[in-house]
Amino acid sequence: MLKIGALAVFAALAVWGALPLIRTQDWIGLAILVAVTVLAFYVYLSPRTIPLKYLLPGTLFLIVFQILPVIYTVNTAFTNFSDGHRGSKEEAVTAIESASVQQVPDSTIYTLTIATQGDPATGDIVFLLTDPSSNEMYAGTADGLRGLSADDVDRTATGKITAAGGYTVLNIQQASARQDDLNAFSVPTSQGAIKAQGLSQAFEGAPQQNYDANCDCVTDTVTGAVWTADDKNGAFVNDRGEALAQGWKVNVGFTNFTRVLTNDTIRDSFARIVIWNFAFAIIVVAINFALGLLVALALNNPLVKGKKIYRSLIILPYAMPAVAMYLVWREMFNTDFGLINRLLGTHINWFGGTATSMVAILLVQLWLGYNYMFLVITGALQSIPADLTEAAGVDGAKPFYAFRTITFPLLLVSLAPLLISSFAFNFNNFAAIFLVSRGGPFSPDNPSAGGTDLLITYTYRLAFGGGGADYGFAAAISVFIFLIVAVVSIVGFTRTRALEEVN
Amino acid sequence: MRTRGWKMAITAVALATTAAACGGGDSGGVSNGDASSESGGSASNASAGDLLIWTGTGPQGEAIQQIAEGFGEENGVNVEVELIPGTDLQANFITASQGNNAPDVVFGAHDWIGNLVQNGSIDPIQLPATVKDDLQPKAVEAMTYNGQVYGMPFTFNNLVLYRNTALAPDAPATVEDMVAAGKALQADGKVAEVVAWPVGQTGNPYFIQPLYTAGGGYLFGTGTDGGLDKADVGVAKPEAVASYQKIGALGEKGENVLKRSISTDNHTALFTEGKSAYMVSGPWDLPTVDKAGIEYQISAIPGFAGGAPATPFITVDGTYVASKGKNKTLAQEFVTNYWSRSDIQTSYQEKAQVVPASQGVLEAIRGSQPRVAQSVDIGAANGQIMPSFPFMAGVFDSLGKAEAAVVSGADPAATIAGAATAIQDVAGG
Repeated sequence: MLKIGALAVFAALAVWGALPLIRTQDWIGLAILVAVTVLAFYVYLSPRTIPLKYLLPGTLFLIVFQILPVIYTVNTAFTNFSDGHRGSKEEAVTAIESASVQQVPDSTIYTLTIATQGDPATGDIVFLLTDPSSNEMYAGTADGLRGLSADDVDRTATGKITAAGGYTVLNIQQASARQDDLNAFSVPTSQGAIKAQGLSQAFEGAPQQNYDANCDCVTDTVTGAVWTADDKNGAFVNDRGEALAQGWKVNVGFTNFTRVLTNDTIRDSFARIVIWNFAFAIIVVAINFALGLLVALALNNPLVKGKKIYRSLIILPYAMPAVAMYLVWREMFNTDFGLINRLLGTHINWFGGTATSMVAILLVQLWLGYNYMFLVITGALQSIPADLTEAAGVDGAKPFYAFRTITFPLLLVSLAPLLISSFAFNFNNFAAIFLVSRGGPFSPDNPSAGGTDLLITYTYRLAFGGGGADYGFAAAISVFIFLIVAVVSIVGFTRTRALEEVN
Repeated sequence: MRTRGWKMAITAVALATTAAACGGGDSGGVSNGDASSESGGSASNASAGDLLIWTGTGPQGEAIQQIAEGFGEENGVNVEVELIPGTDLQANFITASQGNNAPDVVFGAHDWIGNLVQNGSIDPIQLPATVKDDLQPKAVEAMTYNGQVYGMPFTFNNLVLYRNTALAPDAPATVEDMVAAGKALQADGKVAEVVAWPVGQTGNPYFIQPLYTAGGGYLFGTGTDGGLDKADVGVAKPEAVASYQKIGALGEKGENVLKRSISTDNHTALFTEGKSAYMVSGPWDLPTVDKAGIEYQISAIPGFAGGAPATPFITVDGTYVASKGKNKTLAQEFVTNYWSRSDIQTSYQEKAQVVPASQGVLEAIRGSQPRVAQSVDIGAANGQIMPSFPFMAGVFDSLGKAEAAVVSGADPAATIAGAATAIQDVAGG
C-alpha cells in the first residue's frame, strides 16, 4: 500500500509538472516526463527489476541535480550569454525596433476608445479616436483612418467616445481579454501607425530604427546610420565598431576560455589568488578540526560536569544564520567603532591590510565552523568502542599514546570524507569573503583583485561586477574551478582509501 | 503477479488523479477567493484581466501593493502585486522576461533602465503632457534613455547635509567651515567625529560625488545631443586628480575627517546618537532622525571655499511597462493614467513617507513636511541625474576602490590614473 501511495504521489507530481509543459508547448520536456513516469511505474510494479528499484531514485537525482547543471554550465561557457545577449536575433530586432518608436513630429495624441466590429470577443478591433484640439472623430481599423460624423457618436465632456453607430465599445475587462489582438493592432497612417497607449490614449508613432532582412542590417531612418549584423558576436555593429545595445545569444566557441587564459589581470593575480584560496580552505578546515577535536575530547571526559549545557552553548553559533553573523563580525572589526579594537585597546584597520584581513576572516570562520566539527567529532567519538582504549590502558599505554594510535586513526576513517567536503565547501565559500572583507584590501593599481579574494569572489567580480552579468564568461571560469576541486577531491578520496586499508 | 501489478497500477493512477484534482481544486479556490475580494464580487471575468505587478519588499512595496489594488477595484480587474527582495528584483525581472513569465508592470530605480533596455525588457511610454508638466523636470530626465521616456517617475532622492542644531546652529557655507566647526566640537569633547560621511572599506562613489564635483571633477561630459557622452570620461581629466587631492587632504593621513571606518552601516547612528554634529545622507533618513528626537536642520552640502558647487546625484524610482508582459494595454493604462494621478501619488507619499517627484504633491505637503520639500529644492537646484548606463556598476566599483585608497593616504594622481583606465575600459566596451 505504501508503494501504491508513493507511486500515486509521483504520478500526481508528474501531472502537475505536465500542465505548464503543455501550456508552453514544450513537447520534448513532456516526452521526457512521460518516459520517466512510465519507467518508474514499470520498475516498481514489475517483479523482474529488483536491482533497478534501488538504483532508479539515486540515478534520477544524480541526473537532475548533478549532471544536468554541469552540462548546462559547460554549454553556457561556449556562448556569449550575458546582459544584452540573452535571447534570439528576432527578439533583439523586436527590442531594437520597439525601443526606437518615436511619436511622429507634430502628430496628434488622440483620445481613445477601444471598440470592435460586432462581437466584443471575436470582432475586429477598431480604435474610436477623438482629436482633442479640433474635436474631429475617426474610426481606425487595420485599413486606416476613416472620419466619423458627430451624429453617429455619443461622447463625454472630455471628448471620449462612449458609443458609435455600428461599433461595440469594449469595457475594460473585455478589452483586457483581447490583449493579444490589441498588442498586434495598429492603425496604419502615411507616416507610421497609431498605437494604443493604455486604454484611453493613442499616438501616431513610427520606429526610427528598422531591420532590413536583405542587407541583414538595422537602419536609422532619421540619421541614416547603418548597423550590420555580426553573427559571430551576436550584435549589430556600425562601421566604427560601435554596437547597438540589444544583441543576441550566439555560440562563441572557446572565446570565453581563451579570455580566462589571456586576460592580463587574471594572469597577474591568478597564482596569488589560487595559493591563498588553497591556504584559506586548508587552514579553515585544519583549525576548525583542531579546535573541534580539543573541545570534543575535553567534553567527552567523564569527569566534566554540566556537559549538556557546554555542548548547547558551543553549538549555539552554528544555529545562527551565517549571513547575519558575517555582517555582525564585520562591524566588530571596524577600526574606530568595532568591539575588537576596543577590547584590545588597539587601533588596527583590520580590513585595511592583507595580513590582518586574512586573520580576521580566519577568526570569523573558526567561530562559525569549529562547533560543527565539535558536533561531528563528539558523535564519532561515542561510536568508537570504549573497550579499545581500555584495553590499551590495561596494556600500559599512556592516554595520549592510546589516543594517537587508536582513537585518532579511527576518527579519521569516519571523518575524512567530511573533511574533504568541508575543504571543497570552503574552497568556494563565497559569503565568508564577500560579506566580511569583500575581497579587500585592494591595491590602487589593481582594483579587480583584492588581497583576500578567493577564486569564486574574484571571478564573481569579473563576471558580474562590470557591465552587467556575463554568464558565458562566469561559466567558463566555473569549469576551471570545477576541474581544480575535482582533482583535489579525487586525490583526497584515494588517500582516504589508503587510510582504511591501514586499519 | 502480473494481474496484481496491473491492479496496483490502476489503483495508483486513480489515487494520482484524486491527488491532482485536489491540487487543482485548491489553487482554483484560492484564486477565486482573491478575485472576489479584489473586484468586489465580480469574479466572472477576473482571470482574463490579470495585471501582474512586481515591486521591492519593504514599506514602499507594501504601500504600492495597497494602492495598486485600488486600480483593480476601480476597473473591475484582478490585480496581483508580488513583493520581491529589492536586491533580486532587477535580475529576476530580466530572467522572467527571458522565460516568458514576465510581470506586466515593474517598479524600480532609474539606473536600471540602461540594463533593462539592452535586454529588451521594458518598452518606452508616452507620458501625457499634463503628467509631464507636473513632474520635476529632472525626474523626467532620469527616466529618459536614448531619447525615450521609459517610466513614470515617482520619487526624487539626493544627498543633503544634516546638522544637529544644538551643536552646530548655522549651516556651513564651505567644507572648510564645516571641518573647522566640527574640529572645534571634537576638541571640546562634544562629538567623536567631525562629520558622518560614509566611505567604507571599498569606497562609496555615490556619497563622495558631491565632494568630487565640488573639487572640480565630473563623471561623464555632456554630448552634442544633450545626453551624457560615455566617451568623455571626467575621471581621466586633470580636474579629477585635483579634486581627489582635496579629498585625500580630508582623509585619514590628512585632516582625518573622511575615514573608511565610517560607512552606510553606521553613519546614521553616529548622527542620531550625537557623536557627530554633521551627517551626509539622503531624505530616506528623515523619519529615522525624526524618531531620534534631536534638533536638526538640513541644507545643501557645501563646496570648497572658492570652488565649484557640490553636485549630489539624483536618483529616481519609476514604474515601467514590461515588453514581455501579457497585458500591455492594461499595464500602460496603470503606469500612465493611474499611477501618475495626483490623488494616487498623494496617497502613496503619505503611506510610504517618500520624497515625491510630482511638483503638485510636493507643494501640497510643503507646509506639513518642510524638510521633504527642502530636500527636493536642493536636488532640483544642484543635483545631477546619476547615469543609467548598463556599465555603471563597473565604473562605481573602480571609482569606489580608488576613493578608499585615496582616503587611506595613497597618492591621488597614480590611484586616479588607474581608475580612469579601468573606467574607460568598461565604458568603451
